[in-house]
Amino acid sequence: MAGRLQVNPTRMELKRLKTRLKTAQRGHKLLKDKSDEMIRRFMEFAKENKSLREEVEKELSSALTTFVVAKAVSDEAAIQQAVAMPSKTVSLDMDSRNVMSVLVPVINIKESQSGETYPYAFSSVTAELDSSIEALNKILHKMVKLAEVEKTCNMLAIEIEKNRRRVNALEYVMIPQLEETIRFITMKLDENERSNIVRLVKVKSMIAEERG
Amino acid sequence: MREGKIAVVGDKDLILAFKAISMDVFCAEDKDEGEKVIRKLAKTYSVIFVTEDLAAQLDGLLCKYKTKAYPAIIPIPKSGKSNGYGMAGIKADVERAIGTDILFNKED
Repeated sequence: MAGRLQVNPTRMELKRLKTRLKTAQRGHKLLKDKSDEMIRRFMEFAKENKSLREEVEKELSSALTTFVVAKAVSDEAAIQQAVAMPSKTVSLDMDSRNVMSVLVPVINIKESQSGETYPYAFSSVTAELDSSIEALNKILHKMVKLAEVEKTCNMLAIEIEKNRRRVNALEYVMIPQLEETIRFITMKLDENERSNIVRLVKVKSMIAEERG
Repeated sequence: MREGKIAVVGDKDLILAFKAISMDVFCAEDKDEGEKVIRKLAKTYSVIFVTEDLAAQLDGLLCKYKTKAYPAIIPIPKSGKSNGYGMAGIKADVERAIGTDILFNKED
């Protein structure tokens, strides 16, 4: 297990180590609390992430399937022409939020609609394209939300892992090492004390013998 | 500077659909092409959607972008059924954070 540190067994060193031990123990407790809270938050995000992803995957697959059908029934060039100029522009408002000192993204969507939802003449393409584009428009918000939540999950998971390493390093290496060294120094100092007393007693008895 | 834009990377056919909802579309058929495109996009775009099968091939590269807030690179399914890559990502996150997968086991 953890060996003791290479230090001189002096009173000053002992005092210094005791302070360090106290700091380490406090740090350990704080990090452990942080870890608990991060895991609680993470579970919330993970659950949201899972349900959101299930929804998006289901809706997106079906929307894309409709799109494939639309492509199959009408001319490829017509479709390309139809989707080339989307009627609305989407931009994102990016921000970040502090979750347990992890800076996670917050993404808001900004849409500006100009004119019709369907940026093409109905005569040129089939109804399948309409429905697939309508479905995709609906999913857009969910997809952006998914991006935000999934990224938060990723970052929290990495942070939790890092934090756990720190807690373990403190608990299993640093604190035992300090305790071991403190014990060593106390024993060494006690030993010195005892040998000093023995010497004094011996000297005293020698003096008493000389006089007597 | 990063702009608030959304990019989609994947094969040409399906990706056309996203153009209709005003996302920027980039075509990448294989691993090398995908890698090149994503490296370039990561500098300017804030959200990048990648099709699952392409994402599965680029696993190593995508891991690199996980630690920063932006860009968020998110796998999405193609038409038909999802191949489970996205869900596997959530599962991996839970395993990483908790040590064991408690989210998916519970409901099985």
